[in-house]
Amino acid sequence: MSSRDKILAVVAAAQPDALPLPQVGIQPEKRDVVAQFTAVLTGIGGRVWHAADRAEALQRLQEGYTEREQVIVLPDHQDVVDTSMLDPHLLRDVDLAIITASLAVAENGAIWVTDEALVQRVLPFITQNLAVLVPKAALVATMHDAYAAIGKMDYGFGLFIAGPSKTADIEQSLVLGAHGSRSMTVVLLD
Amino acid sequence: MAVVNGKDHAALADVFNKDKARVGWHDETLWFVRQKRDKAAHGIAEWEQLRQTASDIKDHVLSRLSQYLVEFETRAKENGIIVHWAADAEEHNSIVLGLLQKAGVNRMVKSKSMLTEECHLNEFLAKKGIEVIDTDLGERIVQLAEEAPSHIVLPCIHKKKEEIGALFHKHLGTPAGNADPQFLTEAARQHLREKFLTRRVALTGVNFAIAETGEFVVCTNEGNADMGAHLADVHIACMGIEKIIPKREHLGVFLRLLARSATGQPVTTYNSHFKKPRKGAELHVVLVDNGRSRQLARKDFRNSLKCIRCAACFNTCPVYRRSGGHSYHTAIAGPIGSILAPNLDMRQYADLPFASTLCGSCSNVCPVKIDIHDQLYKWRQVLGKEGYVPKSKELGMKGLAMAVNNATMFSVGGKLGRWVMRNTPFVVNNGMNPWFKQREMPEAPKESFREWYAKNRKEG
Amino acid sequence: MTVGLFVPCYVDQFYPQVAIASLQLLEKQGLTVRFPKKQTCCGQPMANSGFEHLTGGCNKNFLEAFEGFDYIVCPSGSCALHVKHHLKVEGQEALASDIRNRVYELTEFLTDVLQVKNLKARFPYRVGMHQSCHGQRGLKLSQMSELVAAPFSKPESLLRMVQDIEMVQLDRVDECCGFGGSFCVSEEAVSARMGQDRVADHQRNGAQVITGADMSCLMHLEGILRRQGSAVQVKHIAEILNGE
Repeated sequence: MSSRDKILAVVAAAQPDALPLPQVGIQPEKRDVVAQFTAVLTGIGGRVWHAADRAEALQRLQEGYTEREQVIVLPDHQDVVDTSMLDPHLLRDVDLAIITASLAVAENGAIWVTDEALVQRVLPFITQNLAVLVPKAALVATMHDAYAAIGKMDYGFGLFIAGPSKTADIEQSLVLGAHGSRSMTVVLLD
Repeated sequence: MAVVNGKDHAALADVFNKDKARVGWHDETLWFVRQKRDKAAHGIAEWEQLRQTASDIKDHVLSRLSQYLVEFETRAKENGIIVHWAADAEEHNSIVLGLLQKAGVNRMVKSKSMLTEECHLNEFLAKKGIEVIDTDLGERIVQLAEEAPSHIVLPCIHKKKEEIGALFHKHLGTPAGNADPQFLTEAARQHLREKFLTRRVALTGVNFAIAETGEFVVCTNEGNADMGAHLADVHIACMGIEKIIPKREHLGVFLRLLARSATGQPVTTYNSHFKKPRKGAELHVVLVDNGRSRQLARKDFRNSLKCIRCAACFNTCPVYRRSGGHSYHTAIAGPIGSILAPNLDMRQYADLPFASTLCGSCSNVCPVKIDIHDQLYKWRQVLGKEGYVPKSKELGMKGLAMAVNNATMFSVGGKLGRWVMRNTPFVVNNGMNPWFKQREMPEAPKESFREWYAKNRKEG
Repeated sequence: MTVGLFVPCYVDQFYPQVAIASLQLLEKQGLTVRFPKKQTCCGQPMANSGFEHLTGGCNKNFLEAFEGFDYIVCPSGSCALHVKHHLKVEGQEALASDIRNRVYELTEFLTDVLQVKNLKARFPYRVGMHQSCHGQRGLKLSQMSELVAAPFSKPESLLRMVQDIEMVQLDRVDECCGFGGSFCVSEEAVSARMGQDRVADHQRNGAQVITGADMSCLMHLEGILRRQGSAVQVKHIAEILNGE
């Protein structure tokens, strides 16, 4: 008997009579999602900017970053470079990655992206700084709303990111920039 | 009685308590985490409803676990994930070794996985000549110190920054005497970035596996799991069979609870949903039993398998805070570890259910409402009956039982009174008595209540 | 209404004044209170040590001692909780169940059954309330700091009826003192440290007296206070509520 069959047999014998699966009955409540998203993301070390549209956002980001950062990647900007063809290791010198998210969550400051928007899964981690363009209309209140929006979406890799990479492993002192991006700027588009 | 180098929890805690200032620091540091948890929980009006829902979902899963495992396997395979099954730690370790050998590598990076700690994977692989680099900062620190994690979320919470500075000076070449957390974290970032970029196999744990979609979710704050997995040719994800949840939408419940309970954050920084392998890369999932099916069969203890490893019970536990994780001499310390470990080895871990005052705070913070302190009590009964409680304690309790069980032998100042006066710890006035070491005994009154009552109330 | 006074064995032997205060406090409410001599121990010391199977005799005694009372009232949350959860006697399940449901901790009884609204008592001191875990988290005498729920406290509501009392606010409102039954000796180092930390919280916040609904916790804290030579006293809540 394979370990698979053995485990399944033992588990089947051990499990109690079936209990019902509860409905997730958390009622949605009205809230100012922009205000909450801004407060929460700022509270966990992120930044929130506002821009009228994508062009303005990109311009502001470029202004904000050109001094220090040399390498900027816009995976969804087709006229730059097709990063999906790259070996992910080649992204090691990226200073700023600018991605676009179609969903963000007010209660925890998280944005949702799939590998379609990332092109390379490692991009938002390996980049020194991360910027995310999010239309204001993409904001939802809670994670329940977020998963309702995601639904049965098919993806290879999906990801919630809430703020810059961080650790408090040394004496509970919060340090931003553990292994992933050192900063996260979300630009909310009107 | 269970031991590490001849010492059980009480003896190890005694050693820990020799440094009073450090105990105070450890307690305050973890209490701070508990306070952050409280603040986060109190920010969610429906918190208790969320806990109940999470608990009910997990109860449901345990009652249909075999079906959900098959469903997960089917969906995962359709997604292109290669699924392995391991009955025990040994099989788990040999599966991982086989995958490393197949990839032709003798080194890998690993993010946090309490399961691999439980299976002693690192020691096993080291013996086979394989180098494992733990990439979670706290885990890397204890790895450099050649210690085990003392906490499942904050692995090096027992270490002071000066000790970490010295460790980094020795191993990573940082300047001597620099103990600034920001500086040390940056040094670890540079050190580990090189590992991420050069390792071809990455192992991660799993926080949740979704039966409906065959995907699994890994949560980190540092991004180390993703840095490893997305840069490697082979990603191995190891999970206990209890990590299954039915539907993707249930992540909404669990992700709202997990980080808030663990650290007080609204959510972990990275919540990665692995559904299909990256183009040109391999994705493996190892499903591990290692005693979980045995625990599932124990009616009184099965719901310990609902645990989502947030460690809220550690942070709130007044005993954990003042005894340190290593005093539990097991991979998962704290209150939850004390109800999981006896299932793995009753003799080795017979002391752990007694390393508690049964105060019940653990059960109240548990996001999936495991009745931890009730299970500690129930483990004590199992251990008492099976003969795993020290003989001296058993004799004392038999003596007490004899005194108080027989009402006819009992009278004013009689058997009970004499027994109590002779045997209760707080009246035995000698240097050998543990009560007296740091506490005075109560003063013996002129008369017992019984005697007073007989004199002052007619009927009785 | 006839009340059976259930007195913890160590209170009987070491703290008779607590049992006397409990008796008088209940009598002042116009109740007939009896102390059945047959009672010995609730069995908790054995059970918490892993020997619940040795408590058969205790349980039988308890049943015989307290059969027929309208209420059974105990000045200890811990002992009351133990009986409510674990009292069982083979062949007498109906009676045991009936008795389990009649057991009340003292402040719970005063609040929920008698619905006491005022007390004739004066205690002109700064008092810190120690929330004993079994009473608080087991019997829900007070709201627990871990839960997202409305606050309340039965013992503190009663204390606030006492004239001239001043309640102090603690930094950790419901942390365990570390007594824990046999834990107090089997885990001496941790137990003592927990007690020292509790005492320090009360001292830091200016308590002159530490009170609570469980004498076992207070005995432990008293042992630490006296070893320190501290002027802070411990008093069971019954002594304060019964005071003139």
